[in-house]
Amino acid sequence: MKRFVIGVYVENKYGVLARISSMIMRKAFNIDSIASGMTNDDAFSRITITLRGEDYHCEQLINQLQKLHNVKNVAVLTRDDCVERELMLIKVKNSPVNRPEVMAATEVYRGKIIDYNPHTLCVEVTGEPTKINAFIDVMKPLGIIEIVRTGTVAMERSRTLAD
Amino acid sequence: MDTKKITGAQIVIETLIEQGVTDVFGYPGGQVLNIYDELYKASDRINHYLTAHEQGASHAADGYARATGKVGVVIATSGPGATNLVTGIATAMLDSIPMVAITGNVSRNLIGKDSFQEINITGVTLPITKHNYFVTDVSELADTIREAFKIAKSGRPGPVLVDVPKDIQASLCEFKPQGEVEPFAIPCADDSTIAEAVRLINECQKPYIYVGGGAVSANVGSEIMELAEKTDAYMGCTLMGLSAIPTNHQRFLGMEGMHGHFASSVANSNADLVIAIGARFSDRATGNTSTYCKGAKIIQLDCDPSEINKNIGVDTALIGDLKHSLREILKGTVKSEKPLWDEQVQGFVKKEEEIAARAAEMAGTRLTPAQVFDVINELKSPDTVVATDVGQHQMWSAQYLKFDKVRKFASSGGLGTMGYGMGAALGAQVGSGTRSILVTGDGSFGMNLNELATVSSYNMPVTIVLLNNGVLGMVRQWQTLFYGKRYSHTILGRNTDFIKLADAFGIAGERVDTAEGFRQAFERSLNAEAPYLIEVAIDKDEFVLPMVPPGGSMSDLITTKEVTE
Repeated sequence: MKRFVIGVYVENKYGVLARISSMIMRKAFNIDSIASGMTNDDAFSRITITLRGEDYHCEQLINQLQKLHNVKNVAVLTRDDCVERELMLIKVKNSPVNRPEVMAATEVYRGKIIDYNPHTLCVEVTGEPTKINAFIDVMKPLGIIEIVRTGTVAMERSRTLAD
Repeated sequence: MDTKKITGAQIVIETLIEQGVTDVFGYPGGQVLNIYDELYKASDRINHYLTAHEQGASHAADGYARATGKVGVVIATSGPGATNLVTGIATAMLDSIPMVAITGNVSRNLIGKDSFQEINITGVTLPITKHNYFVTDVSELADTIREAFKIAKSGRPGPVLVDVPKDIQASLCEFKPQGEVEPFAIPCADDSTIAEAVRLINECQKPYIYVGGGAVSANVGSEIMELAEKTDAYMGCTLMGLSAIPTNHQRFLGMEGMHGHFASSVANSNADLVIAIGARFSDRATGNTSTYCKGAKIIQLDCDPSEINKNIGVDTALIGDLKHSLREILKGTVKSEKPLWDEQVQGFVKKEEEIAARAAEMAGTRLTPAQVFDVINELKSPDTVVATDVGQHQMWSAQYLKFDKVRKFASSGGLGTMGYGMGAALGAQVGSGTRSILVTGDGSFGMNLNELATVSSYNMPVTIVLLNNGVLGMVRQWQTLFYGKRYSHTILGRNTDFIKLADAFGIAGERVDTAEGFRQAFERSLNAEAPYLIEVAIDKDEFVLPMVPPGGSMSDLITTKEVTE
């Protein structure tokens, strides 16, 4: 199975995200994440979908997305010409034994400790999903309490979906 | 009324009229009172047909659309009124039928509070509409309805729902009438794909054209016939493609697929080139996809890019306006005669005739569905729309009915909605302005026979041919073939007296059990200028044949009942 990152430029209207997720469910696409947010134009939102499947599934998802009335543009974002990031907040146990490990790993992964209390530490890590996963692996033995991930957001380096 | 302020409910009606709507189907209720008040006042400009149930209204709008090519319109109240439309909307979605459904909803201040008869119908219908709207501002109401019509009829048509809260219906807003919206332009297929298609057609020896519902909605029957005549191709169709090509055309072999004509299905699987026109290679048409047309090149013409390579991988896809694609293909193809292909296909046709003759012989004196359809074909007018329900009678209709003109068949192909027929037949009657025929079975008819009240109260000329075998025949057929004759809940045995039932609704009816009896009854119905019910007693073990078993290939085709016994 391959992984595809798909950028979707949509009208910022009632139920757009529901329309897209409903279609993904009804066509039984296998997705890892879907992330939606506003753009520099109030009338439009941008959604990033990461899909697992074969070329056939990617082609079908693109075609189905293009059929939705509120979808203005769709593109497959390839590794070569797009930048891809995910943000994670991870809460781990705070203890005299854990603390130096967490702080050292956070430093190496260029993360930030954003909350500190006697019982827990909260770390913010940004990067490609592989980096996020690697950080999680490092934290596992230290006692992960909770994880929140945004899902992948991605953008083409030079082209734009807004045209 | 240039730009004076009118209410949202008036805007709904004025926009419908502006969009050329002359007939709507529906059922009133609390949250559409304002709209119905305006319908009352506008009754000289727009006809409203009150059905017995919202589902019937939704199927009526669908049948109207199939018969006319116009957008069918249905109106229902919030909550249960709206949810009762769901099956009708889904039926229209699966068969790509243009429909606009207008529902009322509770006022905006009551939305999200589980108010009386509140339902999030836009959420409910999300997966079964081409698009839908929840109107939150009266100033956007008219344009929303216009856009709904535009989307419903553009490209591959489909149903669009507009949900209008009651306070929006009561709000005032300026309204400026506009003309009917034009559909979005459909792009034209690339020159390179057209050239490739022309090359494949000019090189092939055994061409078969597979005609789908898209050929009906794009009205390209004459172009397809011209292509078939020019290249010596044979034509077959899907259930949805019926009536696109006149049945008596020499090169037309009829419906193909699970219950298709023997010659059509076998010609399809023997072809070296299959040209799919507005067809989506549904499982009912292809059978086992891994063996489907393995030896053939496939060209697919469709206006919907998502249909390309969805179910069957194709060699060339012409994505765009069907009329344009076909005309360009016709320009490039050379006239060619293919006597060997003719000879082979005529052999299939002869075999089919032999199978039919053998079946007729085996039936003896028993009244068979084939005899019923012979009478219908002989006596119905070329302008008659025949609607069906779903089951054996539907497949017999698809196999035996003859059509001279397009848009004369209304049947739920994709969703397979039992109970579709009664509403569809009355909608088609309104749309065509002439008598329509419903062919139904006792199972399907039981689902929505409440609409007898509608055809009776409007005195609509609808002939109901009820093939009564006392069982759910199609399911029984599968139980016979694949479930060891364990007839689980398919023997109805309800002892319903359908003639008394019709009488209770004020409809004349009679029961027949011979071909001659049916002929006389059918003639009486055509002269009745009123609805008429004919109950035809048929055998419970009548089969729909041929049959490709589900998931099977053409080589698994069952042609006679003997092999199953």
